[in-house]
Amino acid sequence: MRRVLYLLPFLLFVGVGVAFYLGFERDPRDIPSVLIDKPVPSFSLPPLPGRTEGLSSARLTGDVTLVNVFASWCIPCKAEHPVITRLAREQGVTVRAINHKDKAEDALAWLTRNGDPYASIGVDLDGRVSIDWGVYGVPESFLIDRQGRIRFKHVGPLTPQVVEEQILPLVKHLRQG
Amino acid sequence: MRTIARACALSLALGLTPLALTSLVLPVGPAWAVQPDEVLADPALEARARDISKDLRCLVCQNQSIDDSNAPLARDLRVLVRERLKAGDSDAGVMTYVTDRYGDYVLLRPPFKATTLVLWVAPFAILLLGGLATALFLRGRRGATAEADTAPLTEDERRRLDALLRKDDL
Repeated sequence: MRRVLYLLPFLLFVGVGVAFYLGFERDPRDIPSVLIDKPVPSFSLPPLPGRTEGLSSARLTGDVTLVNVFASWCIPCKAEHPVITRLAREQGVTVRAINHKDKAEDALAWLTRNGDPYASIGVDLDGRVSIDWGVYGVPESFLIDRQGRIRFKHVGPLTPQVVEEQILPLVKHLRQG
Repeated sequence: MRTIARACALSLALGLTPLALTSLVLPVGPAWAVQPDEVLADPALEARARDISKDLRCLVCQNQSIDDSNAPLARDLRVLVRERLKAGDSDAGVMTYVTDRYGDYVLLRPPFKATTLVLWVAPFAILLLGGLATALFLRGRRGATAEADTAPLTEDERRRLDALLRKDDL
């Protein structure tokens, strides 16, 4: 009994050490969203000039949709763009976008240069709708179920790994539900 | 001699005056992030906005409040806080508006609730446990010394001790 008591500080130290070590693995930028499983915020964004369809909350029901928040000035957005294009064109997921705090002509030029896989794009010029979505760093992506609820959020550029391991299985699951 | 002293005093005064003046004119503390165009006309409302902003974490530079941070998102949130206040929200209402979007993570003072119980209670619990352990240890030690009290010397032992002490004296 006494021996155990003497070991206690050492065991506590080991426990704290392990906890801190595991903490290294965690990304401090990955903040859990409070909006998971909640309906998308009510919003309505205008289209880019020369286009007909923007993006509104009403448009996000009926089909499982990935909403991608991007900007032409955002470098990681360009990095994830091929992944999103593949998701939309080859893997058949509806992808819509919020163009975050961007100049319209820059956004249009960027889409011409990099391709436009988006079913529609809403322009969030002042970033206010992005705040309603809890966006704090572009790019961010949200997966919306058929009832228009946010089911998954990814902060930072989408990678093939995130798509394969998280998004596609969830899309399949949500389409059945 | 006196002129030298006077010259010294004068130069000291001249040297110190600009320093004294700048400290009067310049605001104390670090340069602030709040831009003049964000400031509300109503000083009472602005003061409330500043207080709220100091408690809200900037999500881009995570250890700064939005009041300190120059990040664009911090600016947007500062403007938002002021807008909500102008619209007549209470301080708590503004906080809820922001936490509804970004979660408790934006609060620099974590709220006291079930998920943060360990955070709030642990220091006091550890202090209590440590105090208890110390008290028990000290009590145990006092008990041990009391037990170590031995029987008084016998007559024979006393004689031998006296003999030894006398020998020492010589």
